[in-house]
Amino acid sequence: MSDTSAIVILIAAIFTNNILLSNFLGMCSFIACSSQVGTALGLGTAVTFVMTMTTMINYSVYYFLLVPLKLVHLQFIVFIAVIAAFVQLVEMIVERFSPKLYFSLGIFLPLITVNCAILGASLFAIIRNYTFIQTIGFGFGAGLGWLVAIVLMAGLQQKMRYSDIPQPFKGVSVAMIITCVMAMAFMGFAGMVTIQ
Amino acid sequence: MADKNACMTCGGRGGLCGGKGIATLKEGVWTNNPLAIQVLGICSALAVTNKLSNSLVMGCAFLFVCVGSNLFVSLLRNNIPHRIRMIAEVAIIATFVILFDQFLKAYYWEMSKQLGPYVGLIITNCIVMGRAEAFALQNPPIVSIVDGVANGIGYGVALAIIGFARELFGSGQVVLGNLVLDLGYWYTPNQLMILAPGAFFVFGVLIAFFNLVKGGDGEEDKK
Repeated sequence: MSDTSAIVILIAAIFTNNILLSNFLGMCSFIACSSQVGTALGLGTAVTFVMTMTTMINYSVYYFLLVPLKLVHLQFIVFIAVIAAFVQLVEMIVERFSPKLYFSLGIFLPLITVNCAILGASLFAIIRNYTFIQTIGFGFGAGLGWLVAIVLMAGLQQKMRYSDIPQPFKGVSVAMIITCVMAMAFMGFAGMVTIQ
Repeated sequence: MADKNACMTCGGRGGLCGGKGIATLKEGVWTNNPLAIQVLGICSALAVTNKLSNSLVMGCAFLFVCVGSNLFVSLLRNNIPHRIRMIAEVAIIATFVILFDQFLKAYYWEMSKQLGPYVGLIITNCIVMGRAEAFALQNPPIVSIVDGVANGIGYGVALAIIGFARELFGSGQVVLGNLVLDLGYWYTPNQLMILAPGAFFVFGVLIAFFNLVKGGDGEEDKK
């Protein structure tokens, strides 16, 4: 695993191993916030930033704190605490120094703590035995992959508003079936690069 | 963060709960099924349902965490300061998740490897958080346990249905311990059902089915 370069992992995390379309992480916000392209873009950017930073922090915490102290079984609770604290910190900093950015991005920040893609990315980086550099590539790539998926979905949802959908399928149901088609399209990238 | 609802990501539908006892049970399993009606906590639901056995283990994990966290949040509900209740709930939930994860690692290593990070991801599952926040914080322990059981069973049943359908159509047979249900030679297994797109498809159809049976309108559930 250690010989794969970070760039390859980054590209693989966006296309072949998209965290949403192949690992199903971050579905909740994906369904709730994918009706407007603008909203999707804002949320996606916030997720990318937080994911890159928290995977790095969690990686360091895991290997420099939990492993030497033999507290590996506490990783879940430590990771979620790190994520919550980081999100809170970013929110306060952004609010203090850039009110404009806060109003465009700030409302998405609290949502991110409960986004399972963030915690999932940290856990994947540990499970797959990435090095630190690879973890940065993976965190950034996974965030970008999530951004791509939710923006594409928002575009499709906007078009779909004028389609005639059978009654029981309206809403979440048809969104799932579109996601199915999207996941199939992304499977076309398989073989381009592979991780795991 | 402290005064925000945990489930706002999912449209804040965690607060829909009335009734006690049997009514609570029925609501969790059928009328307000966490997965198919409220569409909460689908992240881990889709990932582990490629086999029926995985789905059942995940259902058990969820039941355990949901009952445990509901009970303890309910017991402590008068002692948790309002402003830090979210972090207290997360700590309680994470404790139960860690317990189950350690149990799997100790006794069912193979299963633990297959489920990968998804057991840990129960922590960020909106349903557990939503039940703790919306139900256990306001209700006495016994009713909270019933609510936890109801939601756990509701979630588990929906998982089992998805897992059963995916394994049956994806590999042509369902294997559960010694029991094998085989579709026979006439059926060509559709590998796609085991892969990611199949999960989305089966889940979409399941929601549509619930909407159809309930006579509800899918659009209402969305927002």
